Amino acid sequence: MTAPKETRLILEHVDQPGYTTDIDCYLRHGGYEQLRKALTMQRADIINEVKTSGLRGRGGAGFGCGLKWSFIPPTNTKPVYLICNADESEPGTFKDRQIIHKDPHQLIEGMIIACYANNAHLAYIYIRGEFPLGAKILNRALDEARAHNFLGKNILGSGFDCEIYVHRGAGAYICGEETGLIESLEGKRPYPRIKPPYFPAVFGLYMSPTIVNNVETLCNVKHIIRMGGAEYAKLGKPNNTGTRILCVSGDVNKPGYYEFEVGSLTLGQLIHDVCGGIRNGNRLKAVIPGGSSAKVLRAGEKYKIKEKQSDGTLADKEITLEDIPMDFDTLAAVGSMAGSGGVIVMDHTRDMVEVLANINEFYAHESCGQCTPCREGSLWMKKITHRLTHGQGVANDPAVLKSVADNIAGRTICAFGEACAWPTQSFLAKFPEEFEQAAKMASAVNGSPKVDHSKAHDSAVALA
Amino acid sequence: MSAAAPITLSKKEIEIPADFIAEVDAIIARYPVSKRSASLMLLHAWQDRFGYITQQAVEWVAAKLELQPVNIYELVTFYPMFRLEKFGRTHIRVCRTLSCALAGSYELHKKFCEKTNAQGDPHGPMHSPDGEYTIEFVECLAACGSAPVCMVGDQLFESVKTDEQICNCLKHGA
Repeated sequence: MTAPKETRLILEHVDQPGYTTDIDCYLRHGGYEQLRKALTMQRADIINEVKTSGLRGRGGAGFGCGLKWSFIPPTNTKPVYLICNADESEPGTFKDRQIIHKDPHQLIEGMIIACYANNAHLAYIYIRGEFPLGAKILNRALDEARAHNFLGKNILGSGFDCEIYVHRGAGAYICGEETGLIESLEGKRPYPRIKPPYFPAVFGLYMSPTIVNNVETLCNVKHIIRMGGAEYAKLGKPNNTGTRILCVSGDVNKPGYYEFEVGSLTLGQLIHDVCGGIRNGNRLKAVIPGGSSAKVLRAGEKYKIKEKQSDGTLADKEITLEDIPMDFDTLAAVGSMAGSGGVIVMDHTRDMVEVLANINEFYAHESCGQCTPCREGSLWMKKITHRLTHGQGVANDPAVLKSVADNIAGRTICAFGEACAWPTQSFLAKFPEEFEQAAKMASAVNGSPKVDHSKAHDSAVALA
Repeated sequence: MSAAAPITLSKKEIEIPADFIAEVDAIIARYPVSKRSASLMLLHAWQDRFGYITQQAVEWVAAKLELQPVNIYELVTFYPMFRLEKFGRTHIRVCRTLSCALAGSYELHKKFCEKTNAQGDPHGPMHSPDGEYTIEFVECLAACGSAPVCMVGDQLFESVKTDEQICNCLKHGA
């Protein structure tokens, strides 16, 4: 079965010849019309439309956007803040970069509508420090929006005031965690806050109700206003509505970003049709389907899922890796997650111990160090996979690795604990023979690891 | 977190220009609820202007925001983008994370180091002896579809594979 066509909702104008980031171009393409429309609507109606749309967060957790918005206590008297999470840094994900650099006004329009709906008068775009040009583009776009009175006092005569500022991060992955982001925006180290009680909708920025949404999520708000929630919900599948930008990288012929209705195509169609198959005619070995924290899937595996029948009942169905539809619920049902939409593909030439060693080095570097299991565990896992890939492991390394990972997940303040444990747990479960082999070979040569800094360069994932 | 040598702040003093103070005041105005929120942005502004974070920077930013110096110092030691030493005139950040590693970023990093003769521990910034280049491995730069990628200053370079492309990156900074 060939893949369906792309449905470019968010990326409609991205990479379109002649489309530029300035406001005149955006206005020529119907820009800010949805803001005008939203400003004539009741706040509750906008929130209801977003609820009806079924929009789920595009940052990683897939939480209902309308539901998130409705968590602000109705008795609230404090100011409400909106934060756009543009700290895109989940390895394998590069969709927000395209929106920010190529269609910034779409994001700003979505944000102003979201501010109006939630009665927020001050919003920040928390953009990762490694997007300095993105920050400049956004700042220019915000200036233009101000000049057209889409921002500022009494927006378009509606009586609604709103201001948006750009705030730059400084290279810390943990700032993508919403409570860590809030701490960072308050000018502190980004140590995540414990929930409860610190749910952002209740005790967020400056201890006031705060909505934190991903870039792609906020862009969708504009399209929900244009189409209406019910019409938007027809895109995709029930509980998995709308479109999704899938970012494909790794061993495929045509890596890149593609936008499809959620669940409209399978992982096999994505890899073999959309991305032109595996490079060099190699065989598919493994896929990480939702950013590097998502559990790895192995080619040849079979999964049991429940499929809705025409009479509404659920029936068991067995599917392969290539059959998995790219939606939130199925990817969860096969033991992984849709996450941030970052799909990393690996072919049969890749050594899975080396791949995990690379991932573990990332998490060891990025752990904020607040919780002991994560701070110590991420470093410990990195050390074990490092020595396994440098011929210096010992026989029980795979067992110790599993034990460390099992003792991180569920024992930390934020989800980073799970994010760093899941790769190790899943790689060990799916490719046990490679880890046993690496440990056997290493321990035969050398039982006592020693670090040789001159070889640090050799820890690259092997090149085929 | 890397096992770095004990951190010391340079004592080098500089005259603060008036236009820098104006720039900083404009930034602080974007945080009407709490000035402390401006601290990351002020550190960025300082580093962009003066190159790296010194003891004077920490104390000056703290005073500007009515904070204790430690409130700023703890940020400088946490956030990877702030640096406490002078970098080469051209700063090249090579992405180390999975998709780029699969596409050869370790090779790329090695080639940059060889061509510039940059020295040091590959887990941290490596400097060329002539002060022209600093080569640094960084984590995911969010451009995985065009791996391997690097940033030369503020500019992103994608699919950097050939010697010619590497030379272009080096020239971009010159």
